[in-house]
Amino acid sequence: MTTDQALGILFQLYQSLLVVALAPLLTGWVNQCCAWLQNRSGPGLLQPYRTLRKLFHKDAVMAYNASPLFRVTPYILFGCMWLAAAIIPIIAVDLPFSPAADVIALVGVFALARVFIALAAMDIGTAFGTLGARREMLVSFLAEPALLMVFFTASLISHSTQLPRIVDALAHHQFVLYPSLAFAGLAFVIVLLAENARIPIDNPATHLELTMIHEAMILEYSARHLALVEWASSLKLFAYISIGIALFVPYGIAEVGAMAGNWGSALPLAIFALLVKLILAGAALSLLEALLAKMRIFRAPEFLGTAFLLAVLGLLIHFLLGA
Amino acid sequence: MPINNPNVHLTKLSGAIPAWSGVIKPDDLQPTCQSVSDGGGRLVALWGSDEREQNKGFALHVALVNEKGLICLNVPLPNDLPSYPDISQIFPVANRMQRAAYDLLGIYAHEGHDHRKWLRHAAWHGGSFPLRKDFDAAKSRTEESDAYPFVQVEGQGVHEIAVGPVHAGIIEPGHFRFSVVGEKTLRLEERLGYTHKGIEKRFESMNLQQGAKLAGRVSGDSTVAYAWAYAMAAESIAAVTPPDRALWLRALFLERERIANHLGDLGYLGNDVALSFGFAQFWILKEQLLRNNAALFGHRYLMDKIVPGGVAVALSESDKQTLLEECAMLERDVRLLRGIYDEHAGVQDRFIGAGRIAPKLAAQLGLCGLAGRASSQAWDARVQFPCAPYDKLDVQMATYRNGDVAARVIVRFDELFESLRLQREILANLVHDDILSAPLEKLPAHGFGIGMIEGWRGEVLVAIHTDAQGKLTRVHPHDPSWQNWPALEHAVIGNIVPDFPLINKSFNLSYSGQDL
Repeated sequence: MTTDQALGILFQLYQSLLVVALAPLLTGWVNQCCAWLQNRSGPGLLQPYRTLRKLFHKDAVMAYNASPLFRVTPYILFGCMWLAAAIIPIIAVDLPFSPAADVIALVGVFALARVFIALAAMDIGTAFGTLGARREMLVSFLAEPALLMVFFTASLISHSTQLPRIVDALAHHQFVLYPSLAFAGLAFVIVLLAENARIPIDNPATHLELTMIHEAMILEYSARHLALVEWASSLKLFAYISIGIALFVPYGIAEVGAMAGNWGSALPLAIFALLVKLILAGAALSLLEALLAKMRIFRAPEFLGTAFLLAVLGLLIHFLLGA
Repeated sequence: MPINNPNVHLTKLSGAIPAWSGVIKPDDLQPTCQSVSDGGGRLVALWGSDEREQNKGFALHVALVNEKGLICLNVPLPNDLPSYPDISQIFPVANRMQRAAYDLLGIYAHEGHDHRKWLRHAAWHGGSFPLRKDFDAAKSRTEESDAYPFVQVEGQGVHEIAVGPVHAGIIEPGHFRFSVVGEKTLRLEERLGYTHKGIEKRFESMNLQQGAKLAGRVSGDSTVAYAWAYAMAAESIAAVTPPDRALWLRALFLERERIANHLGDLGYLGNDVALSFGFAQFWILKEQLLRNNAALFGHRYLMDKIVPGGVAVALSESDKQTLLEECAMLERDVRLLRGIYDEHAGVQDRFIGAGRIAPKLAAQLGLCGLAGRASSQAWDARVQFPCAPYDKLDVQMATYRNGDVAARVIVRFDELFESLRLQREILANLVHDDILSAPLEKLPAHGFGIGMIEGWRGEVLVAIHTDAQGKLTRVHPHDPSWQNWPALEHAVIGNIVPDFPLINKSFNLSYSGQDL
């Protein structure tokens, strides 16, 4: 094993642990910003960690007719989201894990998690679980193609579906403004809102069981299972925002080869840039949520259709302008 | 006379509002109700009483209202077969009241179509009736299951969603059975009664003052309205008029209760469409008002501040200034927030057209109060039967014709501003007087009195019957939710399931008030 490889593995490990540790903080930051925008003082940045600690200390309650599927789903969910977060180049481009899966596989990983949570929701047979699973499938079936289109636009620019290559092409080659990416960026924001159960598609803070989508699916989970599901949700939000950063504002990320030579200077810069971008993205997300009201579920197809349209427009523009 | 019918002899009751009472035979019940209904009148309340101790068997009491005032009919029923003709064909809203009267007292409507239990769950068995004087609580214990035959909807793809009585949020318990196809609601059936506490039975062992406290706790959000209605009924029996200052203070309390609840509801309505910003802002305002209540009157919700004969708390000159400043603050902020709600496309998209009750249906169902006024049902006791001091206030009634969530929001805003105006006027008119309450310790024997107050939700009615010693023998508090719960079932038809919480909140009905 060369030093490069050893360092690469070290960085991979470092990033994987960093995202797991940081993800709840991002959720806490978004919630805190939401509270400030509503004139509330808010629960503090560390509230998600406190919630996780509380949930891990509780005794789990299981529905009598829950099958093993219901039990294992939180672990699968957490695993999928962690894997996704490990694939995305967050602090450095050449991570040994990254080439293992390209963007299409990444979409697949998200889909796998979704299939399991939807099945688990229907597994216990309550009306709400099924209701939530049905709505989740409606939303994701519309969001997924839009997400793929966004990825295709980016991969056309860099001639690769590998995320490290895309990021490298966008971040470290000659600085060019890509109009196609602007359209893809808008589409991505819409997909991010829908996929992470945010307003205007879903309301993460609601207690009204009849209106829920994501929350309806996890109503029957408790204790450590719920903790894992919540943590996975945080990871998912973190992963999506990281994808957004990687595709649209990758500047500052450590270069290919940076590991070997000047990692001592590239890495602190990369982490600093990442934190600044996450803080801004979280604040922007909460601002969007403060301004929007939740739309009726049957308006979701129009909303997500717009995302798909924008992403396709991005593709077309790439072909027309070659940029 | 409020009705022209040779078989019905009515006598006017003394008191603050125009009310008549009379005894009629069971056979005259349907024609009398029909003539009131034809004249545009409504059924307000229906309750029964056990008068066997006075050798009179049972009695059914029906309170109707038309443009002249309240009409209280007393229908004596025989001991052995306490039945009366069904009036739910004339007033659909009577259905649940009749079923509740059976559950509690064993008097029943013959020829009725719906004889399912209503208030009774598994707490006592079907053959025993808590409001009968010979009821033995120990013997009525039951291990029965709480089965209830819901109406089934059949068809391809139709399924049921059962919601409650335990909900994901902290709200009162009620069960809602939705029959849906996809997301579309075909039918909703409510099952209430989970908060039945035996309030009416409890009244029987209380004196006048204790009863006032209990009346104020029938439905906490309407404590002022209930306490005033109870006091009005007692004052009507005893022919006592509270001092002027007390009456003005009562109106002040009632308007403050209305303002607080409208603020809270407007916040909730924002929250239900995920506009948490609106929720937080309205609740800051509500909290400010409640804190002022606590500081100036000693209770956030003004509980027990209205007592039979008057009020229990005064308002000093310096405190008036606090309330005027609060008024100005509320007017400014609510106007701003109304602008935000009105111009927010997402919010209006959710509000407009959701949960619509057309005026014609509203009239048929006897929709009342705020929800009724949003569907062109122009009933407001403060306007039509103004008791003092409303006779000097010239209240402007807020009505709207669309009958959807947006209309109920508009009516709430309009009433809020009107209440703020009234509060100003009340403060200007508040006479200075040291006497806060007229003496009223005990009620005369064999009395019957009725009080009706336009609470924030609608008309709250309290009826008091006294026995030979002047004790409370039967007290019936009636909440406007009785009228409006059935209407909610109609409002959601054809709407999508996720809109139900919003529609429900736009009515914001009381569970406790109707479960008793």
